[in-house]
Order: sequence, then structure tokens, then C-alpha cells
Amino acid sequence: MYHKTLSYRVFSAFNNVFLLAIGVLCLLPMFHLLMVSLSSSAAANGGLVTFWPKGFTFEAYAKTFENKNFLTALWVAIERTVLGTAIGMFVNAIAAYALSKDTRVFRARNFYLWYFVITMLFAGGLIPSYILILKLNLIDNIMALILPGAVAAYNMILLLNFFRTVPKELEEAAFMDGAGHLRSFFSIYLPVSLPSLATVGLFTMVGHWNAYFDGLIYMKDSAKLPLASFMQTLIVQSDMTSFDAAAIANMSQRTLRASQIFIGALPILIVYPFLQRFFVKGIVIGAVKE
Amino acid sequence: MEANTSNIKLKSERRLGRSGYKQPWILHFMVLPAVVLAFIFSYVPMAGIVMAFQDYKARLGFIHSPWVGFKHFEYMFSNDYFVKIIGNTLIFASSKIVLNLIIPFAFALLLNEVRNMGLKRSIQTLVYLPHFLSWVTLSGILIDVLGQTGIVNQFLTNVFGIQPIFFLGDGTWFRLTIVFSDVWKEFGFNTIVFLAALSGISPALYEAAEVDGASRWRQTMSITIPSLLPMLIVVATLAMGNVLNANFDQVFNLYSPMIYQQGDIIDTFVYREGLLSGQFSFATAVGLFKSVISLILIVISYRIAYRFAGYRIF
Repeated sequence: MYHKTLSYRVFSAFNNVFLLAIGVLCLLPMFHLLMVSLSSSAAANGGLVTFWPKGFTFEAYAKTFENKNFLTALWVAIERTVLGTAIGMFVNAIAAYALSKDTRVFRARNFYLWYFVITMLFAGGLIPSYILILKLNLIDNIMALILPGAVAAYNMILLLNFFRTVPKELEEAAFMDGAGHLRSFFSIYLPVSLPSLATVGLFTMVGHWNAYFDGLIYMKDSAKLPLASFMQTLIVQSDMTSFDAAAIANMSQRTLRASQIFIGALPILIVYPFLQRFFVKGIVIGAVKE
Repeated sequence: MEANTSNIKLKSERRLGRSGYKQPWILHFMVLPAVVLAFIFSYVPMAGIVMAFQDYKARLGFIHSPWVGFKHFEYMFSNDYFVKIIGNTLIFASSKIVLNLIIPFAFALLLNEVRNMGLKRSIQTLVYLPHFLSWVTLSGILIDVLGQTGIVNQFLTNVFGIQPIFFLGDGTWFRLTIVFSDVWKEFGFNTIVFLAALSGISPALYEAAEVDGASRWRQTMSITIPSLLPMLIVVATLAMGNVLNANFDQVFNLYSPMIYQQGDIIDTFVYREGLLSGQFSFATAVGLFKSVISLILIVISYRIAYRFAGYRIF
């Protein structure tokens, strides 16, 4: 047995330490910034914080939650995520059900499938999309953040593959009892595929929560910016000068920025264990081909 | 709606059809919302591409704006700066593609040797996490950590005694930062693909090798790597379609005017020319150029992947 030999044991010990070190290293920058956010601003500005808070305080978080603009942006982000996920999941799931039927049942299936796949391969690009939103009068309307990305061909194909694994007998029994396709979708396919739907739904949520660019270009009214866009303007755009004297003045904001980064990432960190559990499965299931 | 009792039987026979299912008009109805949304938000902008061949003026619209043929494309290729950003894009994208194949591959092989399941899971949990954070969050972290007074420069000064490095302000360092921060974000996720393939290798192969007295190194070289090769080739082929995708979100959130020469990419250029300077037609032409090349590459790569590995997405 190879794993009893001395050389393999030595390798294994080194390997374990090495991989763990890489794992820790991956998280270290975030951990450091978390500690900064929990430190007093004097200590943070003096560069005294490393991997433990100096002058432990929640002051930065308290200040961030007193900031009205931040709270507005947080609310827009929640609104966007909930609405966007609900609309997107409904549109994609119901279409995926129809497309999961084979061509004998749904002759136009392949036509529709290609119609959606093309949207995945080719896009009009930034400027035509922007002009479209402008002409549709959707500037400053939350629908500009929801509708353009609602149809996600990739998610549709994932759901379609999930639906195909549902045993046909279930549906046939329902048809015998006089149910139609709509009924079969809502009463059989949706409940049976709940874990798969949750997977795709969770990814859609993360996508909406993290999306910042559409908010940046479509929301002219700064009160309508979702959190990710708001943070982009706050953290990134204000820091383009971080290599000169202005950086020093900027530094007084350091704990504040760090706390905002963590509040923004918190929902992702909360759902992360679920994401991690699901996506390994999701990738495996989605890869099942017939 | 001729709901007539006399032809109900006839109708229901037709409705059930040969396959025993009802006629599918309801299925058309079910794809309808997606069809309409995709039409408005994907196909209409595709038609908007005509403005790449016009001098689009907002007040004239698509119909009355003057047609200029390939003027914008000619200008594009005669422009030194454009050649530069194509170069930047290719450098970023190809280094990321290569490193995001090799590193996850090696990492998966090493992770596969960890026998303690708890440890293996912990390592996975640590390295996957950055994948789910947005570039806004990660840029915020990087800007702080890599700043002149950030912890990385503090460390370098205190331990090695070197001058602070302008990671985001010096062209060469910026390029390295872009490539390695992308690896930081994505290598854990890409590892999964290879781990999944690793778990698919038949244990019988290893058992046979054991019996023949093969060392673990020998097993890796003769069983594991050859078994993973087809997967590696598929992933590498499919990555080809991304060779003009240097990742807008990442560059956009990390770059600054002082390193445009080494850091500007096609997508950020389109954004600035189009939305900030209002050169709608020119920006669309640049975007179109990128889309067309990418499309060709994607189609070729999928064909190759299908041809040689039987890979299909649906």
C-alpha cells in the first residue's frame, strides 16, 4: 500500500500543510480588512492593524448604518434581488419546462432552444442596449435592472436538464387524471425539482446582489443606486487617487470603507455554505447528458 | 371556439395525437414570456448594431442618421491606441486562461491526495469563497491591501526592506495584479471541475496498479493524468472563446488613467468612448469587432470540443 511508505507520508504531511496554507492565504486579505473595520479609526489610519483588531469598536458599522444613502442603496439592492430572482426564475423555469419536452411532443422545441442559445453567443453590446433602455424610458426604473437579464439561457438549459430527469411516469399519471401541461408544471415539476430550483435561484440571487454596472449606467438618480453600484462609486471611484497626498486624507475613511465592504458582502457570506453544497451537485447534475 | 358536442370525440383524438400527449399550444404559451423578453432585450439591441455603420445622432435616430460604411472600422485599425488595447486584452486574457487551467489542475491533483475529509472540505471552503464575491468587493479589498500604506507594502518594507510598490499605479505591477487577482478569485472554482473528473476515475485501475506495486507517483503519471487529459482538453478548448474577454468588471474596478497604456482593454475602452465621450457609433463598432471575433472563436472551439470529446451543452 503506497500510503504506508515513508516517502508518501512525508509528502502527505507537506501537502496538507501546503494546501492549508494556500487556503488561509486566499482568505487573509478579507480577514485583514475585517479586522480593520473592527478597529478604531486612529489605529487603522496609523497602519497598526494586522490580523487582530486594535481598539476594538463597532463604530464604523454604527456610522455606516446611520448613513441614509447607504440604507437607501441597501433597500434598492434587496428590492432588486427579490424581484429579479422571482421574475427571472419564473420566466426561465416555465420556458425550461416546455423545452424539456422532446420534439415529438413539442415540435417547435429546437427552434426555441436555438432562439435562446443565440442570445448566449451574441449580443448587441453596451451601446445599443443602453440606447434601448433610454428609448424604453426605463432610466431610473428598477425594471432596467431586472428585465434585460431576466432570460438567462444558461440557467434555462440547466433547468431543462433537471426537468428531463423527472420520471415521465409522474406526468403521465397526471395527464391520465386530466391535468394539462400548466398543471403538470406547477403541481409536479416544480415541487419535485425544488432542490435544483433552489440551486439556480441562489445563483440568480448572488448575480443580482453583485451586479453593479447596470445600476451605474441606468440609474441617474443616486437615490436609486443598488448597493453594489453605490459601493462602486464610494470605494472604487473615490480611490483612483490613492497614490498621492489625497490618499492620506482618504485614509480617515478607511474603517468606514472596510465596514461597507463587509456589509455588502455579508449576504453572500451567509448563503455561501448553501452555494458551496449546491454547486458541486449542480455542476454534476447539469452535466448529465441524454 | 366551436365547442360543439358532436365533434368533442374527434377533437380529443386529434388533441392527444400520436404520442399520447395533448396538443402543444400551451407549451408555446409557456415559452412566450421568455421569447418576448429575449426579443426586446437581446434581439432588438442586435439590430442596433447597424449604428456601427452610421454616424449615429440621437436626434436623428437609426433611420435618418447618415450611413458611413466601414469608416469607424478603418479608423479603429489605423489607431495606434486601439492596437495597444487589443494587445493588453490578449495578454490579460491568455495569461488568465493558461494559469486558470494549470493551477486548478495541479491543485486538484494535490487536493486529491488529502485523505482527511474534514481537512479537504475546509481547504475547499477557503479557496472557493472569493469566486462568489463581486469584483466591487474584491477591488475594495485589493485597493486597501495593496495600497501604498496597505498591509502588503508594510510587510514588504518591514521584512525585506524594499520601497513600497505601486501595485495599481505601475504598468507592469498592474498587469501582474490583474492576472494573479483573477487566479485568486477563480482557481478554487475551476478546481471543482477537475475534482469531479478525478472522482470519476475507476478505482479498479488504482487497485490493479497497487497489485503491480506501482508507487503513488507512478499511479498519478500513468492513471490519473491520462484520465484527466480529455477533460483538460475540453476545458482548454472552450476557454479559447474567451481570448478577447479580459474581464471588464475586474479591470474597470482596478484601473486608473495613469496605467491606461498597460491596463486598458477593449471593453473598458468601449465604455469610455461610448458612454462617457458619447462616440456611440465608434464604440459600437469596436464592440461589434470584439463580438464577431469571439463568436467565431466560440463556434470553432465548441465544434472542436464536440468533435474530439463529444462535448455538448444540451
